[in-house]
Amino acid sequence: MAGFLLRRLVNYVVLALVATFLAFTLASATFDPIGVLQQRNPPPPAASIEAKKRDLHLDQPIPQRFVTWMGGVVQGDFGRTIADRPITDELGRRIGVSLRLFLLGITIGIGFGVLLGVVSAIRQYKFSDYFATLFSFILLSTPVFVLGTLLKMGAQGINDSIGSNVLIFVGESTPGFQGNWFEHLGDRLQHLIVPTLAIALGQIAYYSRYQRSSMLDVLGSDFLRTAQAKGLTRRKALFKHGLRTALIPMATLFAFGFGLLVVGGTFTERIFGWFGMGDWLVTGISAQDTNVTATVTLFVAVCVLFSGWLADVLYAALDPRIRVN
Amino acid sequence: MTVILNEGDSAGTTGAASGSPVDAAPDPGKAMTRGRLVLIRFARNKLALVGLVIIVGMYLMAFIGPLLSKWTYDTQDYTAFLEPPYSEHIFGTDKIGTDMFALTMRGLQKSLIIGLLVALISTTVAAVVGAAAGYFLGVADKALMWLVDLLLVLPSFLIIAILSPWFRGKSWFLLVLMLAAFQWMITARIVRGMTLTLKEREFVKAAKFMGQPARKIIAKHIVPNMASLLIIDATINVGSAVLAETGLSYFGFGVQSPDVSLGTLIGVNAESATTFPWLFLFPAGFLVVFVLAVNWVGDGLRDALDPTSTRVRRKEKKKDTKEKAA
Repeated sequence: MAGFLLRRLVNYVVLALVATFLAFTLASATFDPIGVLQQRNPPPPAASIEAKKRDLHLDQPIPQRFVTWMGGVVQGDFGRTIADRPITDELGRRIGVSLRLFLLGITIGIGFGVLLGVVSAIRQYKFSDYFATLFSFILLSTPVFVLGTLLKMGAQGINDSIGSNVLIFVGESTPGFQGNWFEHLGDRLQHLIVPTLAIALGQIAYYSRYQRSSMLDVLGSDFLRTAQAKGLTRRKALFKHGLRTALIPMATLFAFGFGLLVVGGTFTERIFGWFGMGDWLVTGISAQDTNVTATVTLFVAVCVLFSGWLADVLYAALDPRIRVN
Repeated sequence: MTVILNEGDSAGTTGAASGSPVDAAPDPGKAMTRGRLVLIRFARNKLALVGLVIIVGMYLMAFIGPLLSKWTYDTQDYTAFLEPPYSEHIFGTDKIGTDMFALTMRGLQKSLIIGLLVALISTTVAAVVGAAAGYFLGVADKALMWLVDLLLVLPSFLIIAILSPWFRGKSWFLLVLMLAAFQWMITARIVRGMTLTLKEREFVKAAKFMGQPARKIIAKHIVPNMASLLIIDATINVGSAVLAETGLSYFGFGVQSPDVSLGTLIGVNAESATTFPWLFLFPAGFLVVFVLAVNWVGDGLRDALDPTSTRVRRKEKKKDTKEKAA
C-alpha cells in the first residue's frame, strides 16, 4: 500500500514538473514582454530595455531560464513579475482567496451532487428523477461564465426587491470594512454566497449524473439483495452497503474534478472580482508574464497531484481490498 | 469534456444485451436493417428529436438569418444606441448602434463552424491514433497514455490561453487546429481500449493471416466497428468544442477581432448584463440552447446506437410486465 502510494506520488511529481516545464517553455516562446515595453508612450530608452532583457534572462536559452526559475522555486522564490514585484509575496494571499472559494464550492457540490444522484437512482423514472435529469442537462450546457452572470443578474434582482445589498457579488470583502470579528465574518459570507453558488451548481449537476449511474449499477447487484435478505432495513442496506460501493468509482472523478475546477474557477474569479489564482492566470497571460503563468500552472499541477493522491487514499478508505493488498 | 449522461440506464442488463431486438418494428414483412433500427430508436426519443431540430435550425438560422435582416454587423444605426429589443431591432442595439441580431448571427456562425470543424478533426485523429496505439502497442501506446495523463495536469484551456498571443492577428482556423489538437486524447484512449478487444476477434485475425497490411485492417475492420462510439463522440465534441471556444473567447484568448463569436459577444457584454440585459441574454441564450440540443442528440444517439443501452427497452419491459400483471 505504501509502495503503491509512493509510486503514484513519484509519477505525479514527474508529471507536475513536465507540465510546468511545458507551460514555461510555451510561455517563453510565445510571449513578447519587450514588445509590450516598446509600445509604451513615450518609448523607454534603449538602455532600460536592455536592462529589462537582462532582468528577464531573455539572453539565455529557454531551458536555462527554466532551470534558473525552478532553482528559485525550490528555495521558495518564484521570481518577479513583469512589473518587478516579487511573486512569492502575492502567492500566499491569492492561493488563500482561491482555496476559500473552491473548497466551499466543491464541498457543497459533492455533497448535494451525491445526494441528488442517489435519490434519482433510487427513484428511477419517477418525477424527481426526470426533474433532476432536466436540471443537470440544462446546467451542464450552461458554461460558468453564463451561469455566473445570470446569478449576478438574479442577485441584483433580489437586492432590488429587498431594497438593500444583501447579496454582494463584487470582490471577496468590502474594502475598508470596520467591525468586530463576527461582523467581518458576516461580510465575507455575504460576498461568498453568489460565487459559491456559481461553482456548486455546475458541480452538483455533474456529479449527480455519475452518482446516479454508479448507484444504478449497485442497485441491481446481488450483494444488496443479500444484505436485505439477511434482515437489514432497505435504508440501512442502501446507505451502508450500496452507497459505499457506489462511491468508489466516484473518487477518481472527485479528484480530477478538483483539478479541473481550478481552471473553471478562473471564470468565477473574474466574474465576481476575486483576485485569486485564476484571475492571476488571465492577467499574467495578458501582461505576457512568463513567471506568473508558470507559477499558476505549477499551482494547478500541484492541485491535481494532491487531489489525485487524495483519490488513492479515498480508494483505500472505501475499498478494503486495496487496504489488504 | 465528455459527460456521459444516463449511462447507468444500461446497468444490470449489459450481460444479457445480446438478446433479440425487442423494439424492432412490428412489421414482419420487411427486413430490419441496422440503419432502420437505429433510426426508429432515435426517432422514439422525443428530446433527441427536438435537439436535432434545434441544431439544424440554428445552422440554417446562422447562415440565412443575416440575409433576411436589413441590418448588417458592420453598419450602425445612429438613431438607436443601447435600445432594448423593439420592432426595428428585434434583439436591440449595442452602444454604437449595431444591430444585436446581426451581431449574434455572425457570432453564432463562427462558433458553429468552429464547433463542427473541431469535432470532425479531433474525432478523426482520436480514431486513427487510438486504433494505431491499441493495435501496435509499444511506444505509440506509451506516448498516448502519457499524453492523456499530461492533459489532466495541464488542461487544454491553459495551454491554448498561453499560446494565444502567438495566434493573435492570424486566421481563426489556427484556433480550430489548436482546439482539435487538445480534444482528441481522452477519446483516443477509449478507442485504444476497444481496439485491444477487437484485435482478438476472429475477423481481424483472419484478415491478418490473409496478409492484409495493418493500415488496411485498422481502416477497414477496426475503425468501422467503432462507428457508433465515434458518431456519438463527434456529436458531443461539437458541444464541448463550442464551449471551449466560447470560454477562451470570453477572455479574449480565442476568436480575435475583427472576427466575432458567441464567446466574444458574451465576454464583451457580461459586464453590462445587469443594466442592459439584452446585450448578454441573446448570445448566451443561443449558446446554452445549442449545447443543450447537442447533449440531447448525443444522448439519443447513444441510446439508439449502443446495443447495450436499454433505456427504451427497459421501459417496454416494464410496460410488458405491467400488462401481464393486469
